[in-house]
Amino acid sequence: MSQAVLEARDVTRTYRMGEVDVHALRGVDFALYESEFLVLVGASGSGKSTLMNILGGLDRPTSGTVHFRDQDLSRANDRQLTEFRRRHVGFVFQFYNLMPSLTARENVALVTEISRDPLSPAEALEMVGLEHRLDHFPSQLSGGEQQRVAVARAIAKRPELLLCDEPTGALDYRSGVVVLEVIERVNQELGTSTAVITHNAPISEMANRVVVLHDGQVEEERTNETRTPASDIRW
Amino acid sequence: MRVSPLNRKLLRDLRERWAQLATIGLVVAAGIAAFVALLSTWQSLEQSRDAYYEEYRFGDVFVGLERAPDRVADRLADVSGVTLVYPRLVSPVRIPLQAGTSDRQQPPIGQVVGLPPGGEPPLNGVLLTEGRMVEPGRSDEALLIETFAERAGIVPGDTLPVVMEGTFRQVRVTGIAAAPEYVYPAPPGTDPIPDDERFAVLWMDRQAVAPVFQMEGAFNDAVLRLAPGVAGTASEDAVLAEVDRILEPYGGRGAVGRDLQRSNYFLQMRLDQLQALSGFVPILFLGVAAFLLNVVLSRLVRLQRGEIAALKALGYRDREIGGYYVKLALVVVLLGSGLGLAVGAWMGRGLTAFFTEFFRLPLLEYGVPPAIALVALGVAVVFGVVGAFGTLRGILRLAPAEAMHPEPPARYRPTLLEKLGVGDLFGSSGRMILRELGRRKLRTALSSFGVALALGVIVVGRFSADAFDVILDRHYQMAIQEDVSVSLIGPAPERAVREVGALPEVTRAEGLRVTSVRLQAGARSRDVPIFGYRDGDRLRRLMDSEGRVAPMPTGGLVLTTTLADLMQIQVGDTVEVQLREGRSGTQRLPVTGTVDEMFGLQGHMRMAELNRLLGEGPTVSSLLLTLEEDDFPLVEARLAEMPRVQEVTAKGHTIARLEEYTAEPQRVLVLILSIFGSVIAVGVVYNNARVALSLRARDLASLRVLGFTRGEISGILLGEQAIQVLVAIPFGLLIGRILSGLLASTLDPEEYRFPLMVSPQTYAYATVVVLAAALVSALLVRRRLDHLDLIGVLKTRE
Repeated sequence: MSQAVLEARDVTRTYRMGEVDVHALRGVDFALYESEFLVLVGASGSGKSTLMNILGGLDRPTSGTVHFRDQDLSRANDRQLTEFRRRHVGFVFQFYNLMPSLTARENVALVTEISRDPLSPAEALEMVGLEHRLDHFPSQLSGGEQQRVAVARAIAKRPELLLCDEPTGALDYRSGVVVLEVIERVNQELGTSTAVITHNAPISEMANRVVVLHDGQVEEERTNETRTPASDIRW
Repeated sequence: MRVSPLNRKLLRDLRERWAQLATIGLVVAAGIAAFVALLSTWQSLEQSRDAYYEEYRFGDVFVGLERAPDRVADRLADVSGVTLVYPRLVSPVRIPLQAGTSDRQQPPIGQVVGLPPGGEPPLNGVLLTEGRMVEPGRSDEALLIETFAERAGIVPGDTLPVVMEGTFRQVRVTGIAAAPEYVYPAPPGTDPIPDDERFAVLWMDRQAVAPVFQMEGAFNDAVLRLAPGVAGTASEDAVLAEVDRILEPYGGRGAVGRDLQRSNYFLQMRLDQLQALSGFVPILFLGVAAFLLNVVLSRLVRLQRGEIAALKALGYRDREIGGYYVKLALVVVLLGSGLGLAVGAWMGRGLTAFFTEFFRLPLLEYGVPPAIALVALGVAVVFGVVGAFGTLRGILRLAPAEAMHPEPPARYRPTLLEKLGVGDLFGSSGRMILRELGRRKLRTALSSFGVALALGVIVVGRFSADAFDVILDRHYQMAIQEDVSVSLIGPAPERAVREVGALPEVTRAEGLRVTSVRLQAGARSRDVPIFGYRDGDRLRRLMDSEGRVAPMPTGGLVLTTTLADLMQIQVGDTVEVQLREGRSGTQRLPVTGTVDEMFGLQGHMRMAELNRLLGEGPTVSSLLLTLEEDDFPLVEARLAEMPRVQEVTAKGHTIARLEEYTAEPQRVLVLILSIFGSVIAVGVVYNNARVALSLRARDLASLRVLGFTRGEISGILLGEQAIQVLVAIPFGLLIGRILSGLLASTLDPEEYRFPLMVSPQTYAYATVVVLAAALVSALLVRRRLDHLDLIGVLKTRE
């Protein structure tokens, strides 16, 4: 297998919730390899979002190390984490998090303006099949379309990592499949290392590799011999 | 005790949002403090003055005359409406003191006021502040007025040289005194400008000094007490007319009521200046605070839409939910009002103490009238509750399920600027700012309006100082061109001008004839001075309120526009002029013009015509001189030797006195109003930014996640605020100008008419104060932006 882009070793994360400590992650080892499509599955509360936040530079581990290539993210300060997200990570969230005051094209441009060598917003939107909706505002788009704009925004900077947290969580089945197809296509055409987090087990069929998280620990890790195309996935 | 869940929520909300609520409370407090402090100060000053006048029996009518036998006083007492007559002796003296250490450049002049046997005048009493009263029968003892004693460094036991009717005497000062009629002692002359340094009042035993002034069995001044309800009415005018009629054969110089008594006139003028600020500005502050309270509370309620829906879903009744918000509003309003009342009373007491000292009122009566406190509280409560309730009603009307949803997705549109094709200039951040402002037009407008009001209030605070500067400049730099004016004892032949003009230091000498008349037009009459100008003279000019030089009268009478309006006289009308000197009697004069002067009510005409009217040859009553620089002491010394010279006034000295009397209280008021204005500006800008932050936290956190730096997202949020503030500035300046106009219109036009001139410095000052307030608010909010919850925001739906 190729080289690890992102690597976490013995990562723990403890939150203090009022009077009690919540151990969200308890010693997780994890790697994401070059151009890989990985699905991280787990029930709610299993720690998958916490892990993704740490991998994406939104949070720091309580102990353990996280490396993006040679950079130690677990020791990075706020400014360095911002820089890491800005240069290398594309995010897709459950609730899209688009700027309501900007059109589809402008939401993508928001990211391309602060990137080196990005795709043009039109190219990125074409990749997600929204070339005909460039000048629509989020309030004029369906949920699935909004999520595709979010994917276009995530990939426009040609990130090395694409991190998707429950990308279909707020969508109906049909829209969800379209969004997964788009993510699949980006992974294949741009070779972006992609991690999709979901509690929806069937989605793991489209991955190269599946990591199952349970109660803050990696319960299982497996490689799919054959990947099911997004269009064939049912739930 | 069991606390209901809603009350517990109230307590927690108060704790959690304390900073935001505190700024709302501060806006209320600033409004109420300004309202209470200024109104109570003004009322307390009037009370202090009234108490002083009452306790020391200040008269209602004052009249000076040449000489009348004592029995004439009985005739005055018979005039209907008069309850008491106090005939007395008031005579000018000279005090040949050497120039002291101060800037005094000429010997002071003085006035001897006779004291009755026993030393307690029935009217116009004397307040002994130090030493003892004079002993009856002694013509070499005197009480000296405090203002002069302080400046000249004279204490009881000292002696003072006094020239009475040409005789030099040493007078022992037995005590220092003050009196309601000399709160502002002004030397006789045409300008009623007080001068502590150059004007001394000596109270002496009348019996003992009467022979010196040839006033045995006679009087030359009278003070009258009017029956209650007569003063200030048409009956008073009737009394004045009757008194004038009785005293005419005795050289009566025209009776005046309190309004024109020199000291009271000046005191009233200054109280009016204060009132202009204290009457109008506090109402403005309270209004602005109430408006802002309404706006910020309604926003606060709107932010809680989800919680309100949840409470409704749980079965809470509208009344209970409404009660919760009313309580929230009340807590903020009452705490703010309480603070405002306390600060207002504290400041009011301090201001009153400052002004009573400044206005030389020996008694201090301070209190916050309950009506003022109640009005302030009532306005704040009503606006607070209405503000919270107005918005709440809209939310309560929604079905809970609907209200629990977030407000419908924001619809944005490209702004006008973008439609014009310049949108690309702004970049994504710029577009977000523009569209956000464009979408919430009403909120943007209200926010800007709030900032504009704060700015306007600061402009108004400084406007009176500006107006005063303009008046000084127009009157003393443009209208009055001489360096020195010399008032003469009685009119003198015109050759006096040439004689004085021959002095080597005098570069130009002109003459002026001023006489007091009563103008009559139909049933309306006014006592005013008429100024007569020599043809070809140029040291006096007529200025209109726009600062333009008006032409000198070429024939007939030119009146101050306000005077013509008050008397309903048109150009071309003829007025009756009752003369008080020269050949007395009534003459008729055509009114040939009006001039829109800034203060005073007077008439102007050619001197030759005025001389003819008075039945005299070429005669002047004042001399106007220009000098070589620095020659004033020399000229003054020479003039002092001339027998006809009554008083020499340097223009610089007059301006300095005026500035001293006016500048200091204005500085204090400007400072106070600026502080309140700034608090309001901070309250508005901070609340705007906090509300915007609540509404935009999710977007801003999303941007942080996408890799935007703290600086960049601060730029977006604060950029919005900055635009609102910048947009507000021109409007605020305009509002300030409009409010200044309103302020000017509340002044009594008979005294002076404020030019509506706001200086660039005032605009700049107000702008800087508001920008600084905005900056402080921005820094406060910026700190919060640094602690945005990046992860939480991704888990919630908008």
